[in-house]
Amino acid sequence: MQIYLPIAEVSVNVFLLLGLGGIVGVLSGMFGVGGGFLMTPLLFFIGIPPAVAVATEANQIVASSFSGVLAHLKRKTVDLKMGTVLLVGGLVGSGLGIILFNYLKALGQVELLVQLCYVVFLGMIGSLMFIESLNAIRKSKKPGAKPTRRKHNWVHNLPFKMKFRVSGLYISIIPPLMVGVLVGVLAAIMGVGGGFIMVPAMIYLLGMPTKVVVGTSLFQIIFVTAFTTLLHATTNYTVDVVLAVLLLVGGVIGAQIGTRIGVKMKAEQLRILLALMVLAVCGKLAFDLLVQPAELYSLGTGGHS
Amino acid sequence: MIRLIALFLILALPAKAEEIVLGLSRDQVAITATFEGSEILIFGAIKREAPIPDKSELGVIVTVAGPDHPVMVRRKDRRVGIWVNTDSVEVDAAPSFYAVATTAPMRDVLRDIEDLRYRITIPRAIRSVGAEVGDSEAFTQALIRIRAGNDLYQVLEGAVDLEDETLFRTAITLPANLTEGDYEAHIFLTRNGRVIDEYIAVIPVQKVGLERWLYNLAHENALIYGLMSLSIAIAAGWLASAAFSLLRR
Repeated sequence: MQIYLPIAEVSVNVFLLLGLGGIVGVLSGMFGVGGGFLMTPLLFFIGIPPAVAVATEANQIVASSFSGVLAHLKRKTVDLKMGTVLLVGGLVGSGLGIILFNYLKALGQVELLVQLCYVVFLGMIGSLMFIESLNAIRKSKKPGAKPTRRKHNWVHNLPFKMKFRVSGLYISIIPPLMVGVLVGVLAAIMGVGGGFIMVPAMIYLLGMPTKVVVGTSLFQIIFVTAFTTLLHATTNYTVDVVLAVLLLVGGVIGAQIGTRIGVKMKAEQLRILLALMVLAVCGKLAFDLLVQPAELYSLGTGGHS
Repeated sequence: MIRLIALFLILALPAKAEEIVLGLSRDQVAITATFEGSEILIFGAIKREAPIPDKSELGVIVTVAGPDHPVMVRRKDRRVGIWVNTDSVEVDAAPSFYAVATTAPMRDVLRDIEDLRYRITIPRAIRSVGAEVGDSEAFTQALIRIRAGNDLYQVLEGAVDLEDETLFRTAITLPANLTEGDYEAHIFLTRNGRVIDEYIAVIPVQKVGLERWLYNLAHENALIYGLMSLSIAIAAGWLASAAFSLLRR
């Protein structure tokens, strides 16, 4: 069954959209990532104009993250205090990111920058997580060897300390703020929620327990993507509500299923799967940059913008 | 001088001896939520005051053109091992949709000079003035190639049926990925490749119903539209969560 999308101005299959939403929703619930880094390229692939895909995806992430965070709130695995600190940074970052994005757009080549950002960040984070999770699994198999937690690094010697009870942390608010800003900037440039960067940063940089990381990152993502959606809707008119509804119907159901699968799995397994997925997307994008495309030419909207 | 003008007038008159009378299967196209493309039947007759002139070939050309928009065509090139957009050419105005149907092969029904004047074939329908790169021809060709691949540009030689040199009909298929605007149908009557009559009909293509309402809201009350999208998202998220916790009990 085909449906015509009023803002995207293309006709697509309803079940294809529902299915895409569902699959990405499951992954989103499992790993606490918004799923944007998967969905946005998939939407390009099925022929949705990039500007519409990025803006609508932000709206869809709001829905799946909200659904996911409710499940986490019930199990008390959301650190609201940490989430708020990250959010403050995130809003500042996404504002900066949009300024940077528009500056680069004026220079041209913004598409290349987005692709390079994807390859570099996905590649870095994917391999880091993969190696770390492999080590963790190897360690847990050795009898008697306990994983060393609570390493004291530079993060613990900064001022403005605050107690985060849910995470069991007493650290300075500067690192979480910085993480928030970084995620906000990247989220605005790459058109994603930024969970795939925030989750590892929370685990490895802030030393938060894996259990609360997912819920807290979803909490922050809701607000940052809501902010992005409004910005896109009011400046570019590129949020397609019909597309968003179809994606989120699949997405919210998927997220609920995903959250339940996530609870049953071990943290190391979860991380190694996320790492593999991130690396796969990275590989695909790198491949596209390196191999000669079948069509060298591409069409864009004209006009002197 | 006056004699010369009179001579031209007399020479010009027989050109109007044959005229087009047109009918369309639909005078507008409505884009609804379930829009899957549309077919427009264009038919008509040739009205004559005099008997059919013999020894000259009659041709009918039907074109349907969507609204013109500027298009940026970019070309990728290899730089430091990766494929990057390097050159670009802006095509000043290219129709968003263009179909040209004829009774016979193009070269038999249309002379090049007439094509130049009426801009009938696809390359002529595209207007490109300011070219920044030497081989701007390649960019225009790429534009035609990509659009033709999406069924947005169609060349339908021999698709117009002509009966007894009087009745003609053809069907133009509009794809699902249409843009809104006034679509112009041009019907050209040719004799020996010369255009002897032209008829223009406008077919408005518009979103209707929910599609129309959403599109207007998004452009006129962007903030309300944005907030509405967000509320839908949050409500859907909450509903799914509530439904699943009910299911678990």
